[in-house]
Amino acid sequence: MTAATALSDVGTSVSDTVSVAQRNLLTLLRTPQALVFATVQPMIFVLLFRYAFGGAIHVPGVNYVDYLMPGVFAQSVAFGAIGTAVGLSTDLRSGLLVRFRTLPMARVAVLGGRTLADLARNLLVLAVMVGVGFAVGFRSPNGAPGLLGALALVVASAYAMSWAFAAIGLRVSDPEAAQAAGVPVVFLLVFTSAAFVPASSMPGWLQVFGTHQPVDALVNAERALITGGPAAHDVLICLAWTAGILLVSALLATRAYARMGR
Amino acid sequence: MNGPVIEADGLRKAFGKVTALDGLSLQVPSGTVLGLLGPNGSGKTTTVSILSTALRPDAGRAAVRGLDVVRDAAAVRRAIGFAGQYAAVDPNLTGRENLTLIGRLSRLARKQSRTRAGELLADFGLDAAADRLVRTYSGGMRRRLDLAAALLHRPPVLFLDEPTTGLDPESRLGLWDSVRHLARGGTTVLLTTQYLDEADALADQIAIIANGRVVDNGTPGELKDRFGRVVMDLRFARPEQAETAVRTLAVRGYQASREGTAIQVASESGSGALVPMLRALDGLIPDPVSVAVREPTLDDVFLTLTAQGGTLS
Repeated sequence: MTAATALSDVGTSVSDTVSVAQRNLLTLLRTPQALVFATVQPMIFVLLFRYAFGGAIHVPGVNYVDYLMPGVFAQSVAFGAIGTAVGLSTDLRSGLLVRFRTLPMARVAVLGGRTLADLARNLLVLAVMVGVGFAVGFRSPNGAPGLLGALALVVASAYAMSWAFAAIGLRVSDPEAAQAAGVPVVFLLVFTSAAFVPASSMPGWLQVFGTHQPVDALVNAERALITGGPAAHDVLICLAWTAGILLVSALLATRAYARMGR
Repeated sequence: MNGPVIEADGLRKAFGKVTALDGLSLQVPSGTVLGLLGPNGSGKTTTVSILSTALRPDAGRAAVRGLDVVRDAAAVRRAIGFAGQYAAVDPNLTGRENLTLIGRLSRLARKQSRTRAGELLADFGLDAAADRLVRTYSGGMRRRLDLAAALLHRPPVLFLDEPTTGLDPESRLGLWDSVRHLARGGTTVLLTTQYLDEADALADQIAIIANGRVVDNGTPGELKDRFGRVVMDLRFARPEQAETAVRTLAVRGYQASREGTAIQVASESGSGALVPMLRALDGLIPDPVSVAVREPTLDDVFLTLTAQGGTLS
């Protein structure tokens, strides 16, 4: 392969990925109920934990709302990642993925475009959640740089989770199965993590699982950045999880996509 | 181009323990329409999926315009259009957005893609609905859009998998017209169908497929000649004349049956059997008052062949 054709291959990949991502975003805008659900669920959690349960949860040294919001950010994108699986599975069932396979388009664009669009969706959902947070008294004690750093981590983790769910979406038979497979996994990860309550309040055996999983790592890193104090260790662990999940999932998803033709 | 434009040789494909293709071979000459006719589960979709690079065969080889569908898949994709069994268009995009997207992914420049989408929307009578979301389209409109989506880069080779399944009669005829129009323009077409009249109406050649292999092929006329039984109805003035005719013909080896003054004779050897049959009766009884010959339909061919292959299924 000459340098010129390699360069044109990269150009094709980028252009096709953007085309597919545009299509997915248009689809998202045309089905606003999906977007509403993606934001309403975390909003309900904000209200529940801020006003209904929050009074009973005491976390030493911080305002509970400042403790809560990093958990909510992680929860929003974790549940949102199920959308990647459902979307791909929908395209699989409608025959669109078969059509894509017969087009002279870049192979990477189907998965690349899907995860790119979901990245954009996550940014939107996060922006809403930050707004909601400030409305209920979230103040991000460590200031804007800490908050932005935390949100950057959330976005990176969300992107990795999207790829994980892309791999799931290509392996299940239909969108309902994708949803059914995704929800329990995310539930387990979010609610055994320290997203809403400190891990120290959980029984020992649960702590072992709860403190050794990616959502917990994300929440801890976010909190360190948002509330101040030493953050490097937590951020590194979170980045390691993110890189690991991204690498493995991208490999699995790409393989699942290639295997559809076998 | 010399030689077949679409070529399959000994294709095999299994999904788990289910054998979908069991040594399928076919050839489609340039500018012709091949109808791949077979019942559900006979391997039609698997064949089209392999030829259009969506699926890899386990064994055998296939080529489009001399390009191997596995090794040269990327080049094959630039030469083919594909419309699958389900209208694979996005319900949440407009007709125009769908076509423009597929155009872009078919390597057309942005402007070219838009122009071509406009042309195709007009060609397929979707002008008025072009900027409506596809989820508001009827089944027939979706199918037309789906076919249009296969044509953006003006592919010289077109694969259509059951293009009219589930369509109302009028939409079906409309789609037939589109396929005929493309074929007249020189497009080589391979279409699958489970409808005999569709194969009869559109195909230059028909390959009948059962249990993952081609069990027979020929022009629609050849297949009818070969397999369809011509049925001759003769009516006489009186029942006893008809009875004499039945006995006389039975002696000569014809299969005849009587009902009142009418007799029915089935012949395996086509309508050419009529003259010797009448000659056999000549002089014995008065001439029949009416003679009718019913030509075979492709249904007869199909039923004969799938009954033979039925032992496998």
